[in-house]
Amino acid sequence: MSLAAIDITPNYYLVVGALLFTIGAVGLLLRRNVLVMFMCVELMLNAANLTFVTFARALDDVGGQAIVFFTLVVAAAEVAVGLAIIVAIFRRRRGATADDVRLLKG
Amino acid sequence: MTLEALVFFVAAVLALGGAVGVVLGRNPVHCALMLVVTLVAVAVFFLLQEAQLVAAVQVIVYAGAIVVLFLFVIMLLGVDRQESLEEPIPYQRPAALALGAILLAEIFVLAGRNWVTGARSVRGSATKPVDGRDLGNVERVARTLFTDFLWAFELTAALLVIAVVGAVVLARRSGQRAQLDEHERAIEEQITEAELAESAEQEAEERGEPSEVPT
Repeated sequence: MSLAAIDITPNYYLVVGALLFTIGAVGLLLRRNVLVMFMCVELMLNAANLTFVTFARALDDVGGQAIVFFTLVVAAAEVAVGLAIIVAIFRRRRGATADDVRLLKG
Repeated sequence: MTLEALVFFVAAVLALGGAVGVVLGRNPVHCALMLVVTLVAVAVFFLLQEAQLVAAVQVIVYAGAIVVLFLFVIMLLGVDRQESLEEPIPYQRPAALALGAILLAEIFVLAGRNWVTGARSVRGSATKPVDGRDLGNVERVARTLFTDFLWAFELTAALLVIAVVGAVVLARRSGQRAQLDEHERAIEEQITEAELAESAEQEAEERGEPSEVPT
């Protein structure tokens, strides 16, 4: 198969989205720095956004693009509250890894 | 190779490379910069799929606001040092990789099976003319956002307000706590002063001078 004959179908975007989501999920399990874990969640949200926009084009329905806005808003709210929690935790105990906060006790 | 294919493959390499960089980067600042690479590459994907408004919002909100917030917290907390490589949970890394492989296989199996797609163009077409007029991308998204999704759109306003108030309350240090912190810092300063005096005495001893301060 020559490269000149490649036609970019929606499946190509969906595969990239699936790979992005998997990389984000693996990162969430691998890393212990809370900030980097948050970034991995952002990766997974982006993979979902990419899938939404791909289906918006494949099914010719602009609703998929509108949903991306709500994902963005939820991501922004999640980051604001999550980072505030990290700042509060860091102020009490000088560490930002998930192992530092494995007890519910303060 | 068509132009779309060329742009797609370059953006795909950037997106996946940036994602791997986020996962493997040892320094959180590098992770945040790798995240920007992935986000911009995803914005290129949006442009390729004729979602211009979403691409612009992606760059402005994600790369402009969210990553800057990440960098701000990294700088504020000073956690830009590298994390230790020791594993508190045995077999965490191989288990994480195995679970990731299972997840990817699961996505592909499920995506290859059944497609519940429903009717086409429920919320209006993304490309075709509407009512005999050729609309721009912004107008198409705005039409569905302010008609079909109006209730959800209003709810996002409440969500954002709650998130802002919650973030301020969580990140604020209470009055009592601030006093405690001041107390701890004062004690720490006293300790370091004592250590300094001690080390000065030791230096003096090494130089063969009388260590006792004449009284």
